Amino acid sequence: MSANRTAAGWASGRLSTAELAANFSDLHPPLDRHEAHVEADRCYFCFDAPCQSACPTSIDVPLFIRQIQADDPIGSADTILRANVFGGMCARVCPTATLCEEACVRNAAEGKPVKIGLLQRYATDVAFDRGRQPFTRAPATGRRIAVVGAGPAGLACAHKLAELGHDVTVFEVRPKLGGLNEYGIASYKAPDDFAQREVAFVLSIGGIAVEGDKRLGQDFTLADLRRKFDAVFLGLGLGGVNRLGLPGDDALEGVMDAVEWIATLRQTADKSQLPVGRRVVVIGGGMTAVDAAVQARRLGAEEVTIAYRRGLEAMKASLYERQLAQTNGVLIRTWAMPVELLGDNGRVTGITFERTAEVDGKLLGAGECFTLAADMVMCAVGQVLVPSDLGGEELPALKGGRIVVDDERRTSLPGVWAGGDCVAGGKDLTVAAVEDGKQAALSINRALMGVLAAAAE
Amino acid sequence: MADLSTTFLGIKSPNPFWLASAPPTDREVNVTRAFRAGWGGVVWKTLGAEGPPIVNVNGPRYGAIHGADRRLLGFNNIELITDRPLQLNLQEIKAVKKAWPDRAVVVSLMVPCDEESWKAILKVVEETECDGVELNFGCPHGMSERGMGSAVGQVPEYIEMVARWCKQHTRMPVIVKLTPNITDIRYPARAAKQGGADAVSLINTVSSIVSIDLDRMAPNPTIDGKGSHGGYCGPAVKPIALNMVAEIARDPETRGLPISGIGGVTTWRDAAEFIALGCGTVQVCTAAMTYGFKVVEELKAGLSNWMDGKGYRSIEDFRGLAAPNVTDWRYLNLNYVTKAVIDQDLCIQCGRCHIACEDTSHQAIAATVDGRRMFVVKDEECVGCNLCIEVCPVEGCITMQPLAAGAIDPRTGLRVEPGYANWTTHPNNPMAQVAAE
Ligand SMILES: Cc1cc2nc3c(=O)[nH]c(=O)nc-3n(C[C@H](O)[C@H](O)[C@H](O)COP(=O)(O)OP(=O)(O)OC[C@H]3O[C@@H](n4cnc5c(N)ncnc54)[C@H](O)[C@@H]3O)c2cc1C
Ligand SMILES: Cc1cc2nc3c(=O)[nH]c(=O)nc-3n(C[C@H](O)[C@H](O)[C@H](O)COP(=O)(O)O)c2cc1C
Ligand code: SF4
Ligand code: SF4
Ligand code: SF4
Repeated sequence: MSANRTAAGWASGRLSTAELAANFSDLHPPLDRHEAHVEADRCYFCFDAPCQSACPTSIDVPLFIRQIQADDPIGSADTILRANVFGGMCARVCPTATLCEEACVRNAAEGKPVKIGLLQRYATDVAFDRGRQPFTRAPATGRRIAVVGAGPAGLACAHKLAELGHDVTVFEVRPKLGGLNEYGIASYKAPDDFAQREVAFVLSIGGIAVEGDKRLGQDFTLADLRRKFDAVFLGLGLGGVNRLGLPGDDALEGVMDAVEWIATLRQTADKSQLPVGRRVVVIGGGMTAVDAAVQARRLGAEEVTIAYRRGLEAMKASLYERQLAQTNGVLIRTWAMPVELLGDNGRVTGITFERTAEVDGKLLGAGECFTLAADMVMCAVGQVLVPSDLGGEELPALKGGRIVVDDERRTSLPGVWAGGDCVAGGKDLTVAAVEDGKQAALSINRALMGVLAAAAE
Repeated sequence: MADLSTTFLGIKSPNPFWLASAPPTDREVNVTRAFRAGWGGVVWKTLGAEGPPIVNVNGPRYGAIHGADRRLLGFNNIELITDRPLQLNLQEIKAVKKAWPDRAVVVSLMVPCDEESWKAILKVVEETECDGVELNFGCPHGMSERGMGSAVGQVPEYIEMVARWCKQHTRMPVIVKLTPNITDIRYPARAAKQGGADAVSLINTVSSIVSIDLDRMAPNPTIDGKGSHGGYCGPAVKPIALNMVAEIARDPETRGLPISGIGGVTTWRDAAEFIALGCGTVQVCTAAMTYGFKVVEELKAGLSNWMDGKGYRSIEDFRGLAAPNVTDWRYLNLNYVTKAVIDQDLCIQCGRCHIACEDTSHQAIAATVDGRRMFVVKDEECVGCNLCIEVCPVEGCITMQPLAAGAIDPRTGLRVEPGYANWTTHPNNPMAQVAAE
């Protein structure tokens, strides 16, 4: 038992190395070959399969599962990756319970969907282990396209464009590529440096140059890109975060942004060196709140509470994710709105909430308050686009602070496409970002190559 | 990437996967959908002679054997040949071939057993510009009662006679489709060859009653309280088909005769097995009828990926490679001594291997070791029969390990002899003769 387990305040090494290793390894262990075959056998090879329609990237699920059944995992992976080059990551992070698996007809038959996500992982893992390259590039077109942001949206766009024969330059501000795949996704969903291995695979198609350490809006402008390239794709994600808006949220030590804390956690190889509070409160109701809370528990925090200002049904975190939090010993408190951060000597010591109620669709404070002791308070109340990144002069149209795009992911600016978290009306999921990137690439290709491209598709 | 294209009797197709003559190939809409889905060729649903169209039953015509979870393992039908007018079929065949010049379009035929009937049908079929004809001597139900189908296929002399007529009356390649409902497949195959047929295809369906309805006390499918035997196909018949293909491939009289393999092809692996035995193309019916035409995507990708993995660049690279390794029992090496070995790390201790061996074989697997539940092979009893491997639920848990030459077999106490020795020279064989080769 580690000495620091119950250390007050802020401490690292609360758990033993073995406990940490177990806590941050695969949340769902991969299926072995036998398990994959047994599970694949459950698929009915449905016509016009509902699971495929429910997948934002329209992966041919019945076909890839049949290929597993027929012991052709490589063919299966080809089927997956052709529709979704991040099929490996998506297999690990997609909230399948609200996507493909929710649509599986086995739900109606027996309340248990085919484990599509785990099967997808099985096939893509085999392909990765064998170094499979399913893609070849079309003859060079001589067209040059700039992609800003190396998250799943940007890289999926770059990959499809490279496949179509275009030359792509990716501009990225962070030291590693992958966006939130590298800095955001919970550690136990993609262990063993999978994000970087996958990025290497995506880039291995060729034709994609990376300009690292380059920030749009600082090192160059959108206008520069539009001048120098035939087309521009913006896959910026959401660089900024909402604050609590309470006094002390930027001054008290121990009050932090959940996304930033997760990024630090993801980049800390030795988890025993990462300090975490003994009593942790996470404010928010989405996937980020759940991930922050669960990872804090797995690092050894003794009490972790998620506080959300509305009811359970309104939480963006799905039932599955809420249960994940609960089975990890996280307490979820609803109808609680933060009103005051308490501190001592510049360090947070607690947080006071006012109970809330919904009256005529409006959320109101109900007057009654309670206080939770806390030595760490994480905010997970939403991320925002940083508008200054887009430059001064000519901005694409925005709605609710995000970029407006049409069905083809065209912005209001000619020659500029966008996708992923930075666009309005999206799903804020990895798989949705991949689809945006892919669709934008196809649209860019049509725009640049005209009729020829439409015929070839 | 491997090249899947094939040339069979001069008929080219982009891949070896043809749809067998059956409902999937009964009309233009189906065949067009099949070609769009990627099938390499079709054998059109069997045409009959000019005249009033065939009449099918108007009740159920199919029955099936399901595995757990309703996986279809065996399929049974009492359908007859096409029930659409001859002229309509001919028009559609012509239109399809014209629209899909790169795909194989072969037409299956079954007419009464007289020369004029065959001559007449061949003439009109030739006008469709299809690639060849397949003579249906196979259907075991219905048509056989009228002296056609398997009623012809069961008499080698008839096969030879009809094949000869057909070769005389058409320039098109002639494939003879064989029925498995005979005692020795080599006789009809030899007859087809004697008659000049360019190839054989096999198998057609196996005579069968798929199940008995115990409430109605009648076979399934039941038509108003009665049933009739049908033809069995699907995954269950593949082993029967593979053996028959192998027999023809290795019979000195028919060796080299082109074969189109049929029977239970469901995945790429089944197809690869038929091709390894020498088949130039494979035909599929039940898999398409169970899952739709899209299964061809799995077939093509799977075969191609397997070929890439093995370094085979074309179908010809591995076609027939397994045929020379099919031999008679008497030529199997009796000096090859194996023992089952259980991997204790993989064993889940279900005990199936033990009880199978204990009750029905050689009492060669212990169930306890030092008073603990544990399953271990007794080498002094194990005859290497493979039963335990087949009943073990864990793949790869039990393996068969050959004893090295010179080792003592604890069962017999004899030294394992090096080299090869078979029954023909074995001292216990009263008819011991000099080993062939
Ligand atoms: C904590 C957390 C957990 C999540 N968990 C899941 C999950 O389990 N499953 C799931 O499906 N989704 C999850 N998501 C959502 C998912 O990660 C995002 O929807 C997805 O990453 C969006 O992809 P993107 O390419 O649009 O943006 P990002 O992944 O954010 O990538 C944007 C990239 O652009 C770069 N960039 C930004 N501004 C600039 C600039 N000015 N110049 C140059 N480069 C710039 C960034 O550095 C980044 O690399 C999670 C999100 C978070 C925050
Ligand atoms: C419903 C049905 C109808 C069939 N009709 C014909 C036919 O008209 N002519 C023929 O040669 N074979 C016919 N067959 C046999 C198939 O062509 C094929 O030889 C057999 O089904 C074995 O292949 P499979 O296991 O892939 O189904 C029929 C099979 C089925 C299931
Ligand atoms: S819905 Fe379910 S059973 Fe049907 S194809 Fe999809 S995974 Fe298979
Ligand atoms: S498969 Fe089609 S034609 Fe046959 S019984 Fe069902 S609905 Fe009728
Ligand atoms: S059948 Fe296989 S798993 Fe079961 S006891 Fe025997 S060796 Fe072990």
